[in-house]
Amino acid sequence: MKNCEYQQIDPQALPTPTPTPTPTPLPQHGHDSDRREEPRRPRRKWQVFPGKNRFYCDGRIMLARQSGVLPLTLGLILVTSGLFFIFDCPFLVKHLTSCIPVIGGVLFVFVLITLLQTSFTDPGILPRATPDEAADIENQIDNTGNTSYRPPPRTKEVLINQQVVKLKYCFTCKMFRPPRTSHCSLCDNCVERFDHHCPWVGNCVGKRNYRFFYTFIVSLSFLTAFIFGCVTTHLALRAQGGKGLVFALQESPGRYPLLTNPFTAVELVICFFSVWSILGLSGFHTYLVASNLTTNEDIKGSWSGKSGEDVTNPYSHRNIFINCCSVLCGPMPPSLIDRRGFLPADESAQTGSADIELPTQATKSEINVCTQGTKGLLESATLPPLLSTSCPQGKPQTAQTCADSPAVSSDLSPELSKSCGVRHPSSFTGATPSPSHPKNCSKKSKHAALHIPNPAFDDPLTPTSSDAGSSSKARGHQGDSITPLH
Amino acid sequence: MAETHSLQDLQQPIISSKVFIQRDYSSGTICRFQTKFPSELESRVDKQQFEETIQTLNNLYAEAEKLGGKSYLEGCLACLTAYTIFLCMETHYEKVLKKIAKYVKDQNEKIYAPRGLLITDPIERGLRVIEITIFEDRSIGSAR
Repeated sequence: MKNCEYQQIDPQALPTPTPTPTPTPLPQHGHDSDRREEPRRPRRKWQVFPGKNRFYCDGRIMLARQSGVLPLTLGLILVTSGLFFIFDCPFLVKHLTSCIPVIGGVLFVFVLITLLQTSFTDPGILPRATPDEAADIENQIDNTGNTSYRPPPRTKEVLINQQVVKLKYCFTCKMFRPPRTSHCSLCDNCVERFDHHCPWVGNCVGKRNYRFFYTFIVSLSFLTAFIFGCVTTHLALRAQGGKGLVFALQESPGRYPLLTNPFTAVELVICFFSVWSILGLSGFHTYLVASNLTTNEDIKGSWSGKSGEDVTNPYSHRNIFINCCSVLCGPMPPSLIDRRGFLPADESAQTGSADIELPTQATKSEINVCTQGTKGLLESATLPPLLSTSCPQGKPQTAQTCADSPAVSSDLSPELSKSCGVRHPSSFTGATPSPSHPKNCSKKSKHAALHIPNPAFDDPLTPTSSDAGSSSKARGHQGDSITPLH
Repeated sequence: MAETHSLQDLQQPIISSKVFIQRDYSSGTICRFQTKFPSELESRVDKQQFEETIQTLNNLYAEAEKLGGKSYLEGCLACLTAYTIFLCMETHYEKVLKKIAKYVKDQNEKIYAPRGLLITDPIERGLRVIEITIFEDRSIGSAR
């Protein structure tokens, strides 16, 4: 009797109206089974988030579990820009104009801010269906098969702007995916308007961060081209003063020490190879923006009419200007996962058990990542061979593995990691050595198989640096096998 | 003893079932919910009332996602500042979401709670569904 808590139907007590103890003015408390006896402290929703993401600053910042090569991207940008400002700018300011460091500075700041925003923003993750929702959807689907084998993929057809679109059922998230939504196997989340998973920024690119990503690559191509131009001018001016370009590279007239010019040569080489890949990528994404397509749709050829039917993109506004505006300047959608909200008492227990029961079922998204790898191979074949040599060897294998076993993600990930892991030492300097890769990848695949909700959340503030090298198993970024750097 | 029991019965809500109103994708990926009246609510609420609620919600979401001069201006300004204004400024979408939350609360208080129903704000379900919780109708014959 003493423990009966009476509570009227309070419309303000959302989301669940079941009676919860509210003895103190603090928000609703959650607890896990280990700490029932201790005073309850509120838990935030990011702490029980089922996808493979990492959260920092108490849920304000989020990253994919595998940060990919984000540290490398950041490092290259910082180092090359740093070298530019230290060694090239003083000379150019003296001989040309002082606008150069200003322009360079503005571009550099733009690049850095948009890169961090792309990496740390929620790409448009759809929260998983609640158990009630999932049960309701199940009831609506005719369940003819038995549960001993994986049931066939469930699809639902809808008519969008007079175009038939198939919505697929996501077994992990237990819901029918909205149009243009895809499940990313690396992050284990359904992402709205899924473009691709970018290892260079260590996050998926989707509805909410596509504009940041686009601004990043456009400003990066300007920055790369700018630094390339400045470095060329610098060397040309020095060569004029001396006995030729080689002299300018080898010796150091004037007040700079010998070290100056080798760095300039390094910058020149990096910029030369980066400019082409980044410009190509920017051009490709400009085309996508103008036709309101995603990389995913472009690769799959969803709207290109390959099947012979009269298919057109139902999402396009049929006007390039409107397409661009709607993609880049449209209203900013909110984050749907409410990272910093507090957990109600009942839901924390429910979420935990529901997640442990969920096996990693196959979704079609691994194919998205792999096909992007194949497309990247085709694109990188046209690009300078410096850094693409390592990747094409990896990509056909990944494409192969994908074709053979598109079914299970846990089978796929060790294969991918093995095929790509061996390639890493040749492609990246400063990556972890290859013998550790298979171990890291197999550990990750075990985690994926068990699908324990928070394996990385035990200590969310220590990013796993070993993830950096091995995680490039998803080389899903077309044309970006080359360092994006100037 | 008997008093406490009946008090408990009166005030402790028991969920009878939940109805989910799914998204309507016929006009694309914009946020729109189906206005079809679910059969489980037939005995509880007026069809006209229900459709009006859903239609108003649809209109509010359309307003949030509208592509127009104001949203373009906001977008261009954000682009020029490298999107840092999103850190300080509340976006148009967020303002409309607050309006929607207020509207849902209003509707619940005025129309749905007296009938033993509760509409959950769709944002709490990731804008996938409108969840309507149906409570067991214990108000018949009890003193209020």
